[in-house]
Amino acid sequence: MTDTLTDASPLSFEEALEKFDPVLGFEVHVELNTKTKMFSSAPNAFGDEPNTNVNEVCLGLPGTLPVVNGKAVEYAVKLGLALNCEIAEYCRFARKQYFYPDTPKNWQTSQYDEPIAFDGYLDIELDDGEIFRVEIERAHMEEDAGKLTHAGTSGRIQGADYSLVDYNRSGIPLVEIVTKPIVGAGARAPELARAYVSAVRDIVKGLDISDAKMERGNVRCDANVSMMPKGTTTFGTRSETKNVNSLRAVEHAVSFEMRRHAGVLAAGGTIVQETRHWQEGTRTTSSGRPKSDADDYRYFPEPDLVPIVTTAAWVEELRSQLPEPPADRKRRLLAAWGFSEQEFRDVVAAGLLDEIDETVAAGVSPSVARKWWMGEISRLANARDLEPAALGVEPATISALNALIEEGRINDKIARQVLEHVVAGEGTPEEIVTARGLEVVSDDSGALTAAVEKAMAENPDVVEKIAAGKLKAIGALIGPVMKETRGQADAGKVREIVLAKLGIEG
Amino acid sequence: MSEISRADVEHLAKLAHISMTEQELQKMAQELAVIVDSVATVSEAVSGDIHATSHPLPLTNVFREDEVGHVFTAEQSLLNAPDAEAGRFKVPAILDEE
Amino acid sequence: MSTHTHELIRLTAAEMAAKLCAGEITSVALTQAHLDRIAAVDGGERGINAFLHVATEEALRTAAEVDAIRAGGGAEAEALHPLAGVPIAVKDLIVTEGQPTTAGSKMLDGWMSPYDATVVTKLRAAKLPILGKTNLDEFAMGSSTEHSAYGETRNPWDVTRIPGGSGGGSAAAVAAFEAPLALGTDTGGSIRQPGAMTGTVGGKPTYGAVSRYGAIAMASSLDQIGPVARTTEDAALLHELIAGHDPKDSTSLTGEVPALAEIVRGADVAGLRVGVIKQLQGEGYQEGVLARFHEALDVLRAAGAEIVEVDCPSFDYALGAYYLIMPSEASSNLAKFDGVRYGTRVLPEDGALTIERVMGSTRAAGFGDEVKRRIILGTYALSAGYYDAYYGSAQKVRTLIQQDFDAAFEKADVLISPTSPTVAFPLGENDDDPLAMYLNDVATIPANLAGIPGLSVPGGLSEGLPVGIQFLAPIREDARVYRAGAALEKLLTKDAEPLWAQAPELAETSEAAAHPAGK
Repeated sequence: MTDTLTDASPLSFEEALEKFDPVLGFEVHVELNTKTKMFSSAPNAFGDEPNTNVNEVCLGLPGTLPVVNGKAVEYAVKLGLALNCEIAEYCRFARKQYFYPDTPKNWQTSQYDEPIAFDGYLDIELDDGEIFRVEIERAHMEEDAGKLTHAGTSGRIQGADYSLVDYNRSGIPLVEIVTKPIVGAGARAPELARAYVSAVRDIVKGLDISDAKMERGNVRCDANVSMMPKGTTTFGTRSETKNVNSLRAVEHAVSFEMRRHAGVLAAGGTIVQETRHWQEGTRTTSSGRPKSDADDYRYFPEPDLVPIVTTAAWVEELRSQLPEPPADRKRRLLAAWGFSEQEFRDVVAAGLLDEIDETVAAGVSPSVARKWWMGEISRLANARDLEPAALGVEPATISALNALIEEGRINDKIARQVLEHVVAGEGTPEEIVTARGLEVVSDDSGALTAAVEKAMAENPDVVEKIAAGKLKAIGALIGPVMKETRGQADAGKVREIVLAKLGIEG
Repeated sequence: MSEISRADVEHLAKLAHISMTEQELQKMAQELAVIVDSVATVSEAVSGDIHATSHPLPLTNVFREDEVGHVFTAEQSLLNAPDAEAGRFKVPAILDEE
Repeated sequence: MSTHTHELIRLTAAEMAAKLCAGEITSVALTQAHLDRIAAVDGGERGINAFLHVATEEALRTAAEVDAIRAGGGAEAEALHPLAGVPIAVKDLIVTEGQPTTAGSKMLDGWMSPYDATVVTKLRAAKLPILGKTNLDEFAMGSSTEHSAYGETRNPWDVTRIPGGSGGGSAAAVAAFEAPLALGTDTGGSIRQPGAMTGTVGGKPTYGAVSRYGAIAMASSLDQIGPVARTTEDAALLHELIAGHDPKDSTSLTGEVPALAEIVRGADVAGLRVGVIKQLQGEGYQEGVLARFHEALDVLRAAGAEIVEVDCPSFDYALGAYYLIMPSEASSNLAKFDGVRYGTRVLPEDGALTIERVMGSTRAAGFGDEVKRRIILGTYALSAGYYDAYYGSAQKVRTLIQQDFDAAFEKADVLISPTSPTVAFPLGENDDDPLAMYLNDVATIPANLAGIPGLSVPGGLSEGLPVGIQFLAPIREDARVYRAGAALEKLLTKDAEPLWAQAPELAETSEAAAHPAGK
């Protein structure tokens, strides 16, 4: 135990920024969606029975050897190009050696001083249109480790009696993207963090090299934060917060760490260089294991693999296969959809560009699509503390709801109810409307007319006003009619009936 | 540089995850000191501008197609496992997280 | 043992193959003869102890299959590989389904691999009955087979002496007529040096010529699987069978496997330039070894070879470079043995039961002293702050060695040296001196560092013990070492019995018979 203060109350965000400038760094791991693993032909698949997507190579059995998945290399090069990187003419794999039960050979085959891509950048557009350039140090290929589950009450590693290992994930191809230190973001650092990870996600999704679902671990972010006193240029000690697996968590984790560092430093303490864990429940980070730059991984070139040599011709061929860069796509969609710039930015900031695009493709107008996604779906998602895209709503569902509304079979209010039931897993909109009898009352049964008559009878003063020409007063009858029909009245139809009864042309 | 002490061996044994008694550490340090002395001469033989050879043969770009091959069943995977539970390999408590 | 068995086992593999093909003998009889021989001489206190596992049923089953196919005639019989039905032994570093693979270590005691090495798949496809697994220095670390966790193997020429290592089991088995053929692995001489010690032929192919898939890795950039036999023709036949590209091994060579057996049969040295490596003779080499070596040069010269001297100054650093590169790669390759997924798990005697401590106690109990030494040395050489001076420098010496070989091969078609500086030394002699043990490899190591092919052939006796002569050739020129080796073999056996036929009779002790090696 030393006398050094290493813990103190976090400052408020404003106070922290008064005194300090943040420096950020990100290591984003992208899981590639190849059919097979990086160095073995076992399947790259999610969610199967433990230890069934393995063979002798990914179990690290004695005598086995790795063979590089050519598709993964292609994907890595494409990703490097999309990140505006230089592609290495010559690079090798290296062994990163450490003992851990999720690592079957007790080394990870990775790349050390010869990454496949390096020296790139991404221009990140923030919510208000400001552009911030994040410089990319490198992107390199490596393999994933297996999955550990810990037996104990908390399911966490501390205090667990024993752990269980599933090697299905072991060997899945990863590309690790490392930024250069990000300086000068100031108060916008958390926002920038979120936007950066979102941008990377957009890119890999657009390249179709990853399923890019953060909640599935397809894109994982380790966020490095340090604070330096305002006006100085020497970076402070950094902490690394690992496996932050949603965009909002990235933003909050960076914000918290900035405040925590500021608190410790302002109180005269020192930051411990360590790995921290994001706690979603408390929106704080907790201490993990001390990070030592002296972790000796004893890197050396992987002797079981041969070097990769890229030719300009091959790289250009891959470059020509790149799809529309996300920035270009955004410009195109903005023009096509006719949203205002702010509306469009809000959509992008919410991470719903693809969802709306897909919904439009499913036959819904852009503005209606936007209304659903930015409105009801976002509301439902927030209530469950999820990203709207993670709620599981399919574009086809929106299309179906919209069709039901346009057919007059349900109204907006009912449609929102139906959506909630879809999210709860009850089936398609059609099925739910039928099962729950939610169809708007049509006048076939006369029920609607009866309800209107009742409302008119109970509200003679309103009827007088309508008859006198104040057509807006019809609105006052809608409520009672809805009550009578348990909400299943079409407002337009009610208006029609009232006008018809009073002999007024509306 | 060609001295390898007992403390060095202790550190290396930790890195290599081999438990050693005090006696073993000391004996190993002595044996290795002799060996390291004799092999350390290689650094004299080379100057900066010789490149390293990590492979005897100039092979490059050996790749395989992205096609699924054979897989093990869980039974096969766990066949030689010293300890297993619920289809997974079982290990005692892990102290240090990675 | 019957006279019949006695004769059968002393045939060469080529002769066995011819007799099988002609229907003069059956594979079952041939295989049984070898199993009988193993039972007679392998076990007991003074037995050879070449075998860690004898696969009686499996071997006889394969033999019976071959006999049935032959008897059936027709296309299937025609399609049989020339060596079909000829039994073979496999070094216990190469994985075999259905037979245990121990790597000579307690760490893998009883471990059954769920997959076959590629070379084993080839043996099975060609239907060679696999007699069993042979003894070796633990994880191939050694030059005498004394570091096996399952006891030492004895040299059939003198059972108080070592058979060489790490592949002493395969070489001794072949020298003792327990098998006509065997597979070994060679990282720094582990096939060639035992060949020299036991008067047999041992070959290390060009790096990449034979798939390493299924050979438990020691030093990945140095390891090769190769043939062990009594004659160069037999070795050539086996080499042809096991060589070839393997998509499961990224370091595997493409290209055609040369017709080595044919080259052996037509071998001569007229006009061949043979380079004597200045650094691989002289001090440290026994008188008798050098005498046989010079006689070999005389014989070659008389037969029309041009003997030249080549100077390879970097070879003075070869041993140092090897004992940095090899332990470094091996320390990494052996990290996977941790008691988690397979093999032995040993719990610590007291204190907390954590995985870190279990790994520590497992590796402490599972590995022998030599293995631990090399792991620690390798960890040291790769560790931060030492990499450049040790592993990094050693890889540079490798470049120098390649350059010296390139220059030498401008002046000579093949290079020649004694395979080992000494003949077989007594068991236990180098127990306390690891460094002295390492010196056994001084002549064989350069070939592994450069990836070039090497072949050791018997070169006569010194003090009643075999001396080996080594030939080296450029990368992919395996044909040259077989040509030169076969030519020398022919010349030396022109007026004399082949060396392997001069091996002393092994006592068939009642002990050996009572404790057969059928483990």
